[in-house]
Amino acid sequence: MAELRALVAVKRVIDYAVKIRVKPDRTGVVTDGVKHSMNPFCEIAVEEAVRLKEKKLVKEVIAVSCGPAQCQETIRTALAMGADRGIHVEVPPAEAEHLGPLQVARVLAKLAEKEKVDLVLLGKQAIDDDCNQTGQMTAGFLDWPQGTFASQVTLEGDKLKVEREIDGGLETLRLKLPAVVTADLRLNEPRYATLPNIMVSPWPVGTEGLGVASTLPAQCPPVVARGEGRIQRRSHAQEAVTWSLADRESLLGHLCQY
Amino acid sequence: MATATRLLGWRVASWRMRPPPAGFVSQRAHSLLPVDDAINGLSEEQRQLRQTVAKFLQEHLAPKAQEIDRSNEFKNLREFWKQLGNLGVLGITAPVQYGGSGLGYLEHVLVMEEISRASGAVGLSYGAHSNLCINQLVRNGNEAQKEKYLPKLISGEYIGALAMSEPNAGSDVVSMKLKAEKKGNHYILNGNKFWITNGPDADVLIVYAKTDLAAVPASRGITAFIVEKGMPGFSTSKKLDKLGMRGSNTCELIFEDCKVPAANILGHENKGVYVLMSGLDLERLVLAGGPLGLMQAVLDHTIPYLHVREAFGQKIGHFQLMQGKMADMYTRLMACRQYVYNVAKACDEGHCTAKDCAGVILYSAECATQVALDGIQCFGQTLSAQHPPGREGETQGQTSLEQVSTARELSCKILLPELTPRVLLPQLASRISDQKLPFLKILLCSPTPLGQSSLAGFTKLRWPYPLLQPHLLPHPYTTALHLC
Repeated sequence: MAELRALVAVKRVIDYAVKIRVKPDRTGVVTDGVKHSMNPFCEIAVEEAVRLKEKKLVKEVIAVSCGPAQCQETIRTALAMGADRGIHVEVPPAEAEHLGPLQVARVLAKLAEKEKVDLVLLGKQAIDDDCNQTGQMTAGFLDWPQGTFASQVTLEGDKLKVEREIDGGLETLRLKLPAVVTADLRLNEPRYATLPNIMVSPWPVGTEGLGVASTLPAQCPPVVARGEGRIQRRSHAQEAVTWSLADRESLLGHLCQY
Repeated sequence: MATATRLLGWRVASWRMRPPPAGFVSQRAHSLLPVDDAINGLSEEQRQLRQTVAKFLQEHLAPKAQEIDRSNEFKNLREFWKQLGNLGVLGITAPVQYGGSGLGYLEHVLVMEEISRASGAVGLSYGAHSNLCINQLVRNGNEAQKEKYLPKLISGEYIGALAMSEPNAGSDVVSMKLKAEKKGNHYILNGNKFWITNGPDADVLIVYAKTDLAAVPASRGITAFIVEKGMPGFSTSKKLDKLGMRGSNTCELIFEDCKVPAANILGHENKGVYVLMSGLDLERLVLAGGPLGLMQAVLDHTIPYLHVREAFGQKIGHFQLMQGKMADMYTRLMACRQYVYNVAKACDEGHCTAKDCAGVILYSAECATQVALDGIQCFGQTLSAQHPPGREGETQGQTSLEQVSTARELSCKILLPELTPRVLLPQLASRISDQKLPFLKILLCSPTPLGQSSLAGFTKLRWPYPLLQPHLLPHPYTTALHLC
């Protein structure tokens, strides 16, 4: 089954060892001059994809990241670990702060369809927002089966056997491909990119929309008002989110289909 | 197990079923500051190299650095060396056909910097292995020697070292007395070497010996040999208990009728001085990455601390003096970085000058001492000699202290013996006294033998020194010395 293609989503977050400081004006945490790196759960997802490739079960591993220009470093790390291609969905820094799981999930769903991948791998959550939503939402948009909090992933014919860690213990699911899997801590131990890999790994500029065409603001319809006691997030709807993708029209259509 | 399941529910049972994952970092690694490699002029691959190596070391070396320094021993040295070999950083300048990475000196400096950032002592051992031993073999060895020794040295199975200093020949290295007499197809070595980094652990050593003691000038009688650990007549003495760079094992080598095959001559007979001197330039360049890493480590510890510690109702990082120190530390580091990286780039392009290779280690080691002293001042009262692990401010302060002594040792150990033939000792002494390191001046200007074998005295003696009188020294340095 070596015709499978995997899409791995990676996120650039503040490094796990950094002592987080709140900004003096209390609008968030200090991110300037602070070390960032790939989300640890995303590293585990990349490692799993690369292991599947080494076992010849997956033909191609594509790493994708949504965010400002610095995300390219994260994609490079994924390439050095063994991914074949990288896609950077460029988001201007101003809007990047308001980028949430919903938007990212829409982008991933669109990309998964466009690239015709069979497996979407993500980390179960990001260590900066701890949302634990992107994988599930992506599966929802794609209408694909999902295996979240995976601690073991095995390919059996055309089915994916996923062992999940849930509150009550371990659950085994068999998913029909194509599917979405999110990685938990005990899935594997990520490798360090070796020096030869770092130097050899090219930066394949088959990136969707890196050559920026004119950007169009996409207006999403307003979100339903939240009740009290919920996390007060700035409503995504009111912000103008600019995207730069080759097929922005179809994406627009998708986005506004709220 | 069944009882636990029944009493506490499946939640606990399932957790207890699973062993903790092998790579789970149980203690909080120390946080690193981001390094602006755009200013440093590094390419994408070099930035990636720095990040990968830093991440690996943050998880595998940084947690052990304190213990290594305290006990003067790196317990899992061999295993760690193999991990470095797997990463591909041991043979950075070696050709790919022997397992090396075929890269240049700038990459080597970057890795040296990152390892020193995690632990200065291990950085020195790494430099001795990868540059002093492996690079010398690459540059001067013949095919047979490269094929025999390089693969295992690069994979981390063997540890390498280089031996040129003797008890009475430090700065004046060409006056070495280790004798090598030709006997048929072998050479018999008699004498000893001192201050040999990696000496206790090395499997392969490059040793400089005098094949012609009567040569005029004396340098014409030196030959370089490759000595293996098991060769008859070769032994090492006990590990030295040093002031700084603790954990980088250093010892004396003893040659008693040591039999070395003639095939193990590196270069040509009586032409060893060319191997020695040209190697020294590149050694200084690569080891200049050590002080860079030390300075970065001081910043890594100090800057977060300044943002956290409060005094007089505000974070101490807001006070002007602390901000001045932050600026001084950062600018010194960045200035040294540009110098070192540029000289490394020039060497990669084939333009390697002795003056600048010596200049980079001189300047960066001196700056590192200054930066470490500034760092100690920033920590102030939180410094303490004995502290329980886990109290992060004190841990960081202690690390700062190690860095002072390490930086000082580096500047003395590497800088002085090689540079003093070129830079007159009194000039150096006066320059150091300007930089408020009075104890060093005392050592240098004192009558022989302590002053002349400056390194020997300085690195060997532990506190309290017979020469140093703490009540005569200015206060901050007294504090620092008491705690060393």
